[in-house]
Amino acid sequence: MKSKWWLIGLAVCLLVACLSPLASSSPDGLERVAEDKGFIDLGQEAPFQIIADYVFPGMENEAIATILAGLIGTLILFGVACGLAWLLKSRKGRAAA
Amino acid sequence: MHIPDGFLNIATVATTYAVSVGGVGNAVRIANKKLGEKQVPLMGILAAFIFAAQMLNFPVAGGTSGHLIGAALAAILLGPWAGVLIISCVLIAQCLIFQDGGLLALGANIFNMGIVASFSGYYIYRLFTSLMGSDRRGTLVGGFAGAWGSVFLASIVCAVELAVSGVLPMAVVLPAMAGIHTLIGIGEGLITGAVLSLVLATRADLLQLQRI
Repeated sequence: MKSKWWLIGLAVCLLVACLSPLASSSPDGLERVAEDKGFIDLGQEAPFQIIADYVFPGMENEAIATILAGLIGTLILFGVACGLAWLLKSRKGRAAA
Repeated sequence: MHIPDGFLNIATVATTYAVSVGGVGNAVRIANKKLGEKQVPLMGILAAFIFAAQMLNFPVAGGTSGHLIGAALAAILLGPWAGVLIISCVLIAQCLIFQDGGLLALGANIFNMGIVASFSGYYIYRLFTSLMGSDRRGTLVGGFAGAWGSVFLASIVCAVELAVSGVLPMAVVLPAMAGIHTLIGIGEGLITGAVLSLVLATRADLLQLQRI
């Protein structure tokens, strides 16, 4: 049971992602300053869009599209960071020089 | 505090990319030497948690919101270089998949929220635990202070980059950024303290891992 603590941790992360539709939609600190001081229009759109602004494209219900984007991102980050850590760890010893 | 493309000039983009590539490279080198079996799932959980928590903007004063950066939390649990790696993973995914933070601004975002926030958060935390002891109280007070300081300092570095890029004079952008992030940092401190408190209650041994 103790060795599976990370499963509980991942479940908590996925639960947090499901709360994402409750997030405040007000501009964040930098966006607020950019709006107040009049340089927000300098910002450029990304040259491509995948899951832009954390809304999964092509879905009618924005709350569900946001939760889906959150769940996908949470799983990707878990996989990428574990994979990176595993790669770095597993080379220990082999490349001891 | 994710900077979009268009705010920074080429010199600032080039400089911050160079520093961040060097910093992340060094983090990989150090993690390659020190990272052990036990840290692998924790790296994954922290990256996943920080991504999910960054989506949860909380309201602060006057129609403004803030969200967790998470660098201080990652650095307190795993060490500042591991913090740089974790935040870099989050920022790269946010930039490439979710179009949050510009491609050209990625170097600056990794520098501000990864390198500056991880190291400032970690050393402020260490300062508090060395003065107060690393019992529950010292850990929570240090965690709050480190988290608050990490946001405050990252916002100052961000303001300097904007000023150097010629967006606004330093005297205008620096107090504006520092002012609003003084408030946002309180949210960062409270979330960091709550997570550390949960870790202390359930898996206190995680705070004894070797820091990277």
